[in-house]
Amino acid sequence: MANKVLNYIPKDSFIHRLSGTTKLIIFLSFSFLCGLSFDTRVLLFLLFLSVLGFILSKIKLKEIRFMSTFLVIFIVMNAILLFLFNPEYGPNLYGSRTVLFHIAGKYYLTLEQLFYQFNVSLKYVIGFPIAILFISTTNPSEFASSLSQIGVPYRISYSVSLALRYIPDIQQDYHEIAQCQEARGVALGKDVKFFERIKNSVKILLPLVLTSLNRIDEISNSMQLRSFGKNKKRTWYMQKKMTIADYSVICFCIVLFIVGLIITNQGDSNIYNPFVR
Amino acid sequence: MKPIISFKDFSFQYNAQKRPTLHNINLDIYEGEKILICGASGSGKSTIGNCINGLIPFSMNGNIEGECIVDGINTKNSSIFELSTRVGTVLQDPDGQFVGLTVGEDIAFALENDCVKQDEMYNKTLEAARKVFIDSHMKHAPYDLSGGQKQRVSMAGVLVDDVKILLFDEPLANLDPATGKSAIELIDKIQKETNTTVIIIEHRIEDVLWEKVDRIVLIDEGRIIADSKPEELLCSNLLKQYGIREPLYISSLKYAGIDINKVENIDNIKTLKLNKEDINKINTWFLKQDKLVKHNDNDVILEVKNVDFAYENSLKVLKDISFKIKKGEMLSIVGKNGAGKSTMSKVICGFEKALNGQIIFNGKDITNDSIRSISAHIGYVMQNPNQMISQALIFDEVAMGIKNIGLSDEEIEKRVYDTLKICGLYEFRNWPISALSFGQKKRVTIASILVMGPEIIILDEPTAGQDFYHYTEIMEFLKELNNLGKTIILITHDMHLMLEYTNRSLVFEDGKLLADKSGSAVLCDEELIKKASLKETSLFNIATMANILDPVEFVDCFIAYDIKEKDNGKQSS
Repeated sequence: MANKVLNYIPKDSFIHRLSGTTKLIIFLSFSFLCGLSFDTRVLLFLLFLSVLGFILSKIKLKEIRFMSTFLVIFIVMNAILLFLFNPEYGPNLYGSRTVLFHIAGKYYLTLEQLFYQFNVSLKYVIGFPIAILFISTTNPSEFASSLSQIGVPYRISYSVSLALRYIPDIQQDYHEIAQCQEARGVALGKDVKFFERIKNSVKILLPLVLTSLNRIDEISNSMQLRSFGKNKKRTWYMQKKMTIADYSVICFCIVLFIVGLIITNQGDSNIYNPFVR
Repeated sequence: MKPIISFKDFSFQYNAQKRPTLHNINLDIYEGEKILICGASGSGKSTIGNCINGLIPFSMNGNIEGECIVDGINTKNSSIFELSTRVGTVLQDPDGQFVGLTVGEDIAFALENDCVKQDEMYNKTLEAARKVFIDSHMKHAPYDLSGGQKQRVSMAGVLVDDVKILLFDEPLANLDPATGKSAIELIDKIQKETNTTVIIIEHRIEDVLWEKVDRIVLIDEGRIIADSKPEELLCSNLLKQYGIREPLYISSLKYAGIDINKVENIDNIKTLKLNKEDINKINTWFLKQDKLVKHNDNDVILEVKNVDFAYENSLKVLKDISFKIKKGEMLSIVGKNGAGKSTMSKVICGFEKALNGQIIFNGKDITNDSIRSISAHIGYVMQNPNQMISQALIFDEVAMGIKNIGLSDEEIEKRVYDTLKICGLYEFRNWPISALSFGQKKRVTIASILVMGPEIIILDEPTAGQDFYHYTEIMEFLKELNNLGKTIILITHDMHLMLEYTNRSLVFEDGKLLADKSGSAVLCDEELIKKASLKETSLFNIATMANILDPVEFVDCFIAYDIKEKDNGKQSS
């Protein structure tokens, strides 16, 4: 496939060998803790762990180039917008104001604002790699099985894995349809005007949707003929058995989550404030 | 003996249709039998299959009259799940039914839904995979498999369930000829090993009859026309009458004036026996035929010179390809899936750019021209019309390719109308496309390319999945376009199409051009057939049996005679 945006990258590593359920628990505990906590120490520790996980997974940076580029752009944009809309949020939050220098008009660069934005960016820097890590080390079917293990109905979790299964097929269809339509004057190149391009993409999407609908019909027939939806539960071919490593990692995550919350809520607020003593 | 499947005064009408699809069907199928259900497209043959596996009435709604009993259960009062433990269905499209991400997972799908424990599931899955020889590929993803391998995975996926009945819905439709042949052999082997009842729904009966079947049921317009032993049906003229292609060897024996009722093992080309008298008749017939040699002295319209091609960072898909095409030729490109046929045509059309080499059109190098500028000379028609149609009305769809090239509205209208007239679609010009049949849609897509005035038209599998009647309709139309001077290139798996309609064939295998010669010469070359995954024609077997020294010429004579017969038939009717 030409453009692998986000997908499973099979490898043999400690992270890959963990069961999908364990990885889901890591993902959930990290994201919740990261979302709840504004304690820089906790966040830095999480960052350390997520970088460690990344190294352990043997996933190379270039394999997820698209997503990491996207992440960097997103964080930079976010930081700029955050500053433009409310340059005084940090000083208000921390209750002190240390001006570094004046930029223009109402915009002052303050130490508090910088620290606040550093914390926000840190959350993204932790959250994204964990999400990417989770997706690229978990086989989609195993992912579906782990969702169903934590209580998501299997019809829903299976449709996630099915979507992942058919994305390459649909990409292929799109590519072929686009080429053929281009031969008939439907251009999507950079030299085409914006509105023209939108109009033209409809001419590709319509046949794509129609062929996909036919395909969905066939898939659903084939699934029914092989008893999909017969019972309230199902078993999973791809499900991994839980090992000692799994249990240890899960315990670690739970401890981490609790300790993280305790540290975060030590004072009167959940904000780690180095400015007021 | 009690039948395992029994239709009694069975009629069925889809909710969305005005008239019943099946009328008053009475059919008994016994345990261990192997049945072929054949009929033209839309005859209702697939509907019968869907009634047996429970898709009707549980997934496709409609009204049932009479009853259909499968293994003692009245399907009306059953469920698709109860029936699926008795009937295993292998659907037509191997891609659409591959739901797992790997072979093992897909085979295990039914077991997963039955809550089978993982260890037991691994064993059963492997056992089923062994039966169809796919057990060395358990971890492969669907993209790493050929069409034939995917189909074997589907077979294993129903074999895990220990079903009593195996139902194959058009198993040959998406396979290359050699793979189709081995699929039929595999079905036969599985039936003998597991002693299941096998039902094959197919209109390509010559290919199915490669292995013996017990009975053939012929369906037309929802009614059973014949339910008889293969030899009886082959001796009648019913097949031709109901739009199904008669096996070529049968036609050739009939043309030679042989009374096929008396031929031993007429239903199977491998065991068929001809006596001395028959052989004499064939030779006499052969001597009487004019041996015509057609020459095309036109100029070269397209030349492909030493073309190499590879997709990004992967192995070469085309290796040093060179050939010439003359103006007004009708030519076929054959070979198995993934041999480079489609890629070759995409490179010609400029969809993909060659790594090395040149494409020369009318003496001009077009290798690096844009898709759009090449499209004025060379048009490409995709296999599935739904992939090309993006407008609601026929007029708009056909006009799309000539908008924005500086024509006035009147000129556009004139060109579209002229094209629609050629394509026999003029009366429908203001119709919505959704109201058209598959064959008509195909014509719309051909019209939408034709309107741009290309001198060469490339069609990918123009007749895939079409029965003999629709096949003939599409091919005769293409022949007319050819007579109008268009050069036509057909990518196909259909060996008969190659023989009957094209004067030359390019045979591709693993990115290389293996052969460039007439269709009849290709199909009489055993080594080439093996290499390129093609299938010998039964005419070659007849020629060999009759000790004819030049089988290629025999095949050519047959085709010429067959076309004459068809034209006579057209005039008299």
